[in-house]
Amino acid sequence: MEFLSDIASLINSTLRISTPLVFAAMAGIFAERSGVIDFSLEGKMLMAAFVAAVGSYYLGNPWLGLLLAIIVCVCLSMLHGFASVTHKGDQVVSCVAINILIIGLTTALAAAWFGQAGLTPTLNEDQRFLEIHLPFSDALRDIPVIGTLYSDILSGHYVFVYLAYLSVPLVFWIVFKTSFGLRLRAVGENPSAVDTAGINVFTMRYKALAINGVLIAFAGAHLSTAVNANFFREMSAGRGYLALAAMIFGKWHPKTALIACLLFGFTDALQIRLQGVELPAIGEIPVQLIQALPYILTVVLLAGFVGKAIAPNAIGQPYIKER
Amino acid sequence: MVSPILELTNINKSFGHVQANKNINLKINKGTIHGIIGENGAGKSTLMSIVFGLYQANSGSIKINGKEINLRSPRDSIINGIGMVHQHFMLVENFTVLENIILGFEGETVFGEKLQKAKEDLEKLCQTYNFNIDLDATISDLSVGFRQRVEILKSLYRGAEILILDEPTGVLTPQEVDELFKILRSLKEEGKTIVLITHKLIEIMDLTSEVSVMRQGEMVGHTKTEDTSKEQLAEMMVGRSVLLRVDKKEIKKGESIFKVNNLSVKDDLDVTRVKDVNLEICSGEILGIAGVTGNGQTELLEALSGIRKVESGNIELFGEKISDQNNFLNPRMLKEKGLAHVPEDRQRMGLISDFKAHENLIFGYHDQEPYSKSAILNNKEITEYSNKVMQEYDVRPNSPNLITSNFSGGNQQKIILSRELNENPKVLLVGQPTRGVDIGAIEFIHQRLIDMRDKGAAILLASVELDEILSLSDRIIVMFDGKIVGEKENKNVTDRELGLLMAGVA
Repeated sequence: MEFLSDIASLINSTLRISTPLVFAAMAGIFAERSGVIDFSLEGKMLMAAFVAAVGSYYLGNPWLGLLLAIIVCVCLSMLHGFASVTHKGDQVVSCVAINILIIGLTTALAAAWFGQAGLTPTLNEDQRFLEIHLPFSDALRDIPVIGTLYSDILSGHYVFVYLAYLSVPLVFWIVFKTSFGLRLRAVGENPSAVDTAGINVFTMRYKALAINGVLIAFAGAHLSTAVNANFFREMSAGRGYLALAAMIFGKWHPKTALIACLLFGFTDALQIRLQGVELPAIGEIPVQLIQALPYILTVVLLAGFVGKAIAPNAIGQPYIKER
Repeated sequence: MVSPILELTNINKSFGHVQANKNINLKINKGTIHGIIGENGAGKSTLMSIVFGLYQANSGSIKINGKEINLRSPRDSIINGIGMVHQHFMLVENFTVLENIILGFEGETVFGEKLQKAKEDLEKLCQTYNFNIDLDATISDLSVGFRQRVEILKSLYRGAEILILDEPTGVLTPQEVDELFKILRSLKEEGKTIVLITHKLIEIMDLTSEVSVMRQGEMVGHTKTEDTSKEQLAEMMVGRSVLLRVDKKEIKKGESIFKVNNLSVKDDLDVTRVKDVNLEICSGEILGIAGVTGNGQTELLEALSGIRKVESGNIELFGEKISDQNNFLNPRMLKEKGLAHVPEDRQRMGLISDFKAHENLIFGYHDQEPYSKSAILNNKEITEYSNKVMQEYDVRPNSPNLITSNFSGGNQQKIILSRELNENPKVLLVGQPTRGVDIGAIEFIHQRLIDMRDKGAAILLASVELDEILSLSDRIIVMFDGKIVGEKENKNVTDRELGLLMAGVA
């Protein structure tokens, strides 16, 4: 039974750890399927974490904090669009600028408002999201297998965890089953074809970026108002980049991107679990090596698989209509 | 009197300082096939892009059936019954035919009933026009000819009454051209109006009933096709009389100097593109390679000119082995042995577009006297030489200090040609010498190639323009899927025969 509960807690933390990655990867899919590179997932996630934490601290309601984060992230996406879609600037440069701006901005604003560089006040229970215990989870716990599955794996997560996994089929449906999705995919593959079909390429890209902003806000709010009770400096810790890698590894497809996110989440959960554990025959693995696991995996996966992943054809290219 | 279905009045359009269309007037009558002819850069495509709503005119008016309309986007044009098949197809390659056709006109937010309805309507349209297109096929799996049909079907489905085709035959085999013309004629029977943009005189004579000629952004004439001739149209296009036929002396064939044995070559994606090719060229001979784009001609030329690795087989120059799978001479060493190369892709491989003309004129010889001495360029010599050679090759404008990308395609090609022919090569490899080049320059370039042949050079000419192959070559080989599928002496060969070989059916 010891072993089973170990597995259950490992799966449980995989689901939790993967949550921001899933939101960010879905956000990335919208931007990149429309032909706009989005390196700024990292910066937007950090900004969302900051805004959500500050918002719920002042407004006393985490949902209002989330709403503020959504507004700010959509604005940042529009900024990216303004630079790289309207003014045809280099998309990577625009993203890097946003990322750098936000690292500095969050630290400075926290210092100005709360007197501590890069730290916001701790949120109380009313100001943050709490774990949701599904009905009957206590009663069902003792039933073998099903009980573990329901009570220890499915129950007891923050609302974002459920939303993240619900977003995947929704994104799939939008991208592949609606006319918006058809236009979205077309605009990332051949914007001229979209233009000659009488659809405005720029409007399509802005719409995609707006959705991107909404989704990434959830990732940030999850970090600062759910799993943690405050914002701290650089708390996104490369998750935006990791999500981007997962999206590429998942070939810009929601289903495979989800699998990649779960894989990254799993190695992270595993590394936490493995720290200080004596493994038979190998002995104790150095902490540094274990902590590096997810990143090593990223490099290996990308080096091995990205060659076969075919990006949207027009990605990174501003649409220029007249010569 | 019935008003014309499409009437343009005083259309003006500039891009920056370049005026692409100047005071254009045009009337197109319902149910006709109307040709618009002009050289590259004459403003034909720009004009039609304005009609299609893709570009907005700076001034002027557009009337459809006598009613003035304001076209702000392609959507407006489509609603007004205008369809356009662009030179580069506007298709999403990894979408299906159906997805491409309904794009922008889905009629519903979530796919369902309307998608089924669209499919049924399209199947009916396919039957009416005998299109034979699988609606669920992915575009990237379709041949160029079929992709073009998808474009036509797309316009018809969206309710086009006027169908504009921009250089539709450039990428087709002669048989595919026949098929296309059949389709266009049957559309005309149905009462549709067709506007054909082309620079090929033969197509105008063959298909149209009326023709308008453009030159340097202006409309220089309208006429009924039956009242004019190819020569007359060519003169209107260029502004002076042009020799449409190449004058060629009887061949004086010398000994074999360039030989390719069992050559195979792979492309960058590791796909074998040239398969076991054997060929031989004699001095004083032009060997033409005919074939549809992408059948291995590019890789063959690259391997022969020493910029692509040979997989197997070998290449001999004057009986000496210059390349096999283990080692090959680089282009510079080949040049010293008397081999010159005019690459297919002018912009990418033939020139450095951002360099000045005089720099491109001596590039490759820049470290030799008199152009440089002790590693320092001698600008006086270079300028002198450039002036001389630009005059000789009639490069316009004759200004060595102009950035190369500012010259027209024809003049850029003359710059390359002058550089490559400078040292009187014994073997000349030429790829697509007149792609995107105006008629006047074509005449000049063809004459230069013939001169080289008469001086005893062995010339290998790869071109997708069958007319060019037929008028220049002494012997013709046809490439299909990397293999040589036919070889003919250029006597009484017809383009139909070659077309069958090019399509891989003969």
